Amino acid sequence: MSVGAWSAFVLVLRRELCLSFRRPDQLIQPLMFFLIVTTLFPLGLSVQLSLLREMAPGVLWVAALLASLLSLDALFKSDAEDGTLEQLVLSGQGLYVIVLAKTLAHWLVSGAALVLVSPVVGTALAVPLSAFPTMMSSLGLGTLALSWLGAIGAGLTVGLKRGNVLISLIVLPLAMPLLIFGAGATDRAISGTSPVGALYLLAALCVLTCTLAPFAAAAALRITLE
Amino acid sequence: MWTWFYRLASPPYVYWVAAAATPWFLSLSVVAIGYGLIAGLVFAPPDYQQGDAFRIIYVHAPSAWLSMFAYTTMALAGGIALIWRIKIGHAVAAASAPIGASFTVAALVTGSLWGRPMWGTYWAWDPRLTSELILLFLYVGVMALRPAFEEPGRGDRAAALLSIVGVVNIPIIHYSVVWWNSLHQGATVARLGVPKMPGSMLWPLLSMLLGFMLFYGAVLCIRLRGEVLNRERQSAWVREAIKA
Amino acid sequence: MHVSGPNGTGKTTLLRVVTGLLRPEQGVVTWRGKSIASTPTDYQNDLAYASHEPALKGDLTALENLRFMVGLRRRATSQELRAALDRTGAAGCADLPARVLSAGQRRRVAMARVLAVGAALWLLDEPYTNLDTVGCAMLSALLVEHAQKGGLALVVAHHELSVGAKMRHLAMQG
Repeated sequence: MSVGAWSAFVLVLRRELCLSFRRPDQLIQPLMFFLIVTTLFPLGLSVQLSLLREMAPGVLWVAALLASLLSLDALFKSDAEDGTLEQLVLSGQGLYVIVLAKTLAHWLVSGAALVLVSPVVGTALAVPLSAFPTMMSSLGLGTLALSWLGAIGAGLTVGLKRGNVLISLIVLPLAMPLLIFGAGATDRAISGTSPVGALYLLAALCVLTCTLAPFAAAAALRITLE
Repeated sequence: MWTWFYRLASPPYVYWVAAAATPWFLSLSVVAIGYGLIAGLVFAPPDYQQGDAFRIIYVHAPSAWLSMFAYTTMALAGGIALIWRIKIGHAVAAASAPIGASFTVAALVTGSLWGRPMWGTYWAWDPRLTSELILLFLYVGVMALRPAFEEPGRGDRAAALLSIVGVVNIPIIHYSVVWWNSLHQGATVARLGVPKMPGSMLWPLLSMLLGFMLFYGAVLCIRLRGEVLNRERQSAWVREAIKA
Repeated sequence: MHVSGPNGTGKTTLLRVVTGLLRPEQGVVTWRGKSIASTPTDYQNDLAYASHEPALKGDLTALENLRFMVGLRRRATSQELRAALDRTGAAGCADLPARVLSAGQRRRVAMARVLAVGAALWLLDEPYTNLDTVGCAMLSALLVEHAQKGGLALVVAHHELSVGAKMRHLAMQG
């Protein structure tokens, strides 16, 4: 009679995606931010191709981090505002599963979109085609891990009025390893050495965050609701 | 049995214990730091590689160590408070945070000064200093989170959770920074290495470390008393204590 | 049980402690003999909570909202959900997005959720707000039915409830 964890997971995922797609204007914003920020760097620095190629991994990654962070604030906010968050906590399903599903849905509409757009930005920053697979897979793994980490920050700051900057303050130091390995992998791919080691480390971090972060995020939500 | 423990953790008792312990911590710390400074700065021989510049390690290394120790203490106290609902843990965590952050800044400043004769510049993204910098950001995050809530209890619990997440991340961050540094190491940048230590160099260092820890204990007790007074300001025993 | 009292006496807090969202400073909440902290999911499966806010997502229709919220608890067909909406007088709202509904209609949809979930324990915080006289009568009838089926309801309400003799009253003072 009662609903299993997998069905609950799928149900929450579907609801989140449904809600996101009913507000298409909000879907575009992180993407546009990503594009705009990556444009800032060549404008601010130089258009020399070799220089662009060198700074491409860093620029891509910083822009992706910031774009993901911007949309993280909304992860739990609307649910907290209209009272559905309490219902989710009281639903009889473990909060872990619910957080897992919500974060995955969030990544699908933000991080995954960034990964898909990254070839465009990569070309603009003179990244060679051979490095594209590494670039995209590192961005994919990294934004996924960042969504989980960010869920912790979002859970902690849900009730706050000006939570946006605080989320970044909290999440960015924790996300630095992701940046290091992700940009490092892309950098190696561009310069021709094997990025595999860095990618494995990034994947390991991703798995670690995916399994542990929802616990912390669920605990954070309970703290907020208390 | 547990009631005995809870009584041990009750605010008035802790207040009294902290008051009694402070002069001990302070005096012992002065002795240890005094010995360490004199033996280290005056009597220890200069390092064959770095000359007299290495002596800043007597302040830098204990500061760095304490910055980590204070963060761990903060996370531990917060965790105890969160899991077992022992409120004094939150007070300890709140008192500890600024002290730890100050040690981190001290480590960064002394590290930077140490780097000057070695690198020619005040900052060269050495992996240990970079890890310290990220630790400083972690501290700032926790210290910014706590007062952001309207209800202080919620702020305490949120900060405790964040410090636990941070403590788990510290080894990850440290390792990733070391990896990053090996990737980008320029030939001219030397690591802030601890030179091989004969006894005459090592003992003062250990003494400084002990002295710093005692100093941390003393300042923690002082701040803890202030925190306890502030948190319990509604209760009767505080009003009595203030009148006295 | 009817919990009443002036504003600020902690009626909502009491209700939230019973739901398990808040931990009590002293004492333990037990349900069916076991403390709720020891078996949270079992307890949650037995209760339906309606807070001040109707807890509906504005971008989803009333039916979609129900399908999601009830679906987390048990499998329910669309007919069952529509029947619940019908029972609370919100059948016309089923396919409208929740943000265009009036406050009273939203309250009815929230009540339909409580009904459809089929829980033994109802925890209702000011459920009569925004309901017209017909709505109030409907709600009281639902409460009576629920009690007759052996269910328990804790209702926080400002005004008098007329649901029959089987009601206990807890009046809270400041």
